[in-house]
Amino acid sequence: MPKTPPPEAEAGQAAFAAALLDADAPIPADVAKIRGQAPEKRFAVYRNNVVVSLISALASAYPTVKRLVGAQFFDAMAGVYVREHPPISPMMIFYGAAFPGWVESFPPAETVPYLGGVARLERARREAYHAADIEPFTMEQFQAVASGVAPERMPELRFTAHPSLRLVRSAHPVFSIWADQNGHDVPVRQGGEDVMIIRPRSEVTMRQTPPGGFTFLSAMSAGQTLAAAAASAEAETQGFDLASHLTAALESGVFSGVKAPEG
Amino acid sequence: MADFTCEADIPARTGVGLKPEHYDAVLAAPEGTSDGSAHVAWFEIHCENYMGDGGPPHAALRAIRERFPISAHGVGLSIGAERGLDPEHLARLKKLVAWCDPGLFSEHLAWSTHDSGFLNDLLPVPYNEETVARVSDHISQVQDVVGRRMLLENPSTYLQFETSTLSEIDFLKEIAARSGCGLLLDVNNVYVSAVNHGYSAEAYLEGFPLDLVGEVHLGGHAEDEDDFGDPLLIDAHDRAVIDPVWALYDQVIAAIGPRPTLIEWDNDVPEWETLAAEARRADAVLARYANAKDAAA
Repeated sequence: MPKTPPPEAEAGQAAFAAALLDADAPIPADVAKIRGQAPEKRFAVYRNNVVVSLISALASAYPTVKRLVGAQFFDAMAGVYVREHPPISPMMIFYGAAFPGWVESFPPAETVPYLGGVARLERARREAYHAADIEPFTMEQFQAVASGVAPERMPELRFTAHPSLRLVRSAHPVFSIWADQNGHDVPVRQGGEDVMIIRPRSEVTMRQTPPGGFTFLSAMSAGQTLAAAAASAEAETQGFDLASHLTAALESGVFSGVKAPEG
Repeated sequence: MADFTCEADIPARTGVGLKPEHYDAVLAAPEGTSDGSAHVAWFEIHCENYMGDGGPPHAALRAIRERFPISAHGVGLSIGAERGLDPEHLARLKKLVAWCDPGLFSEHLAWSTHDSGFLNDLLPVPYNEETVARVSDHISQVQDVVGRRMLLENPSTYLQFETSTLSEIDFLKEIAARSGCGLLLDVNNVYVSAVNHGYSAEAYLEGFPLDLVGEVHLGGHAEDEDDFGDPLLIDAHDRAVIDPVWALYDQVIAAIGPRPTLIEWDNDVPEWETLAAEARRADAVLARYANAKDAAA
């Protein structure tokens, strides 16, 4: 078979960028040679800076994932991810949005089936951490609004989710695993867990939602009416108690406002 | 949003990079005492870290802003990029600067974005007429949008380009002349580039347009070697400033008098007191030349 000739080096930032993420790509043609040679080790500093800094950004976004698999495995896994999904924005605080889903389909991590779910929790925590600062809508405020709404129109109320609210559903006990890995004395049980992440004020809080809660809150945060959200939850969990779930949601600061029925 | 505006400029003293690890230590120190924070006259933020919508980073910056002047240092604008500046990122920068009202605003002579994405490193540009024109235009655009004069930082570089026709100093001078920007003189970068490319850092500084310097950076670097076993220094910001860099710093401050000086320590971030001690060392240099200036006056 004829041997494939090495690719011709090109110049400019396109060639530079391509060579940074591909260690086999030639050094760009406009990089000054030293004693007639392309400066491999000098170019490697940039290659290394890019990959190491991106791995480090993922490590700070997904510390529990790293703890679960160990630094060596994490760095190798993240090294593959950063080459496949380099950031598209300079907002490194939000880099790695696709990492949880990618981890779930990364074959070497198959033996840790809950890893992607834990990554989803960490992503949700980071998003909640940086979300807009808005005072949660309180029970008192709700009662004030509700007193002006005719009882038959109450089911038509729609709530606005607090900007920090995130909901994670996993087939694995990801909340317990996360808590166990982060110094909380929580027994890790079998089975899936539904988790609500929210930062009403300064602290990110995280808790498991009771049966029906995840579906109810998902529907509410998607802008559905109270009646529709309750119906979805009832369909999933017989005997869903709307009043107690609504009270718990308001007390957790899940909403930032309510829209009274129109007309 | 402008709930903590403050007109204070950055004093010609030492500041440090603001790190989340140090928020508590900085805010716990009573004002005007002789412990760590009193030796740090201001803080520099990496703009991109405060471009979320809210949360603890905003709360900490708001609290620190009430007690210390802030310098805003961008790392993601990609001023040297062949493609145009990202209008969304410019808008975020404008919003942040309007919000935290920094005493100084700076960015790097480097690029980091391309069509393939954001590469999260400060990548080098060739020094020629084409790059002068592009970088000057980009800086003018930034200054127009943000409404502030920008300081452009000299880079640490590990390689050079066949297509360079100007010295780094002539390149920086020409950009400053065309865009009206000032310069941020990173003394560690001068040392790193001088060693990497085999020229004299002292001679470089003698040729540097020091009158344009609005801020000085000091940081630590790592040591490696190139394909020929020649020293290759890497701008790692992960350790203390070395003595040869302190000597260059002395040379700079002796020539231009005290300037706001930043200790950069971004990786392997030390305990607060270690960082504050580095700041005290720079402050001692600044005080020595401030006193010399007063005595001469």
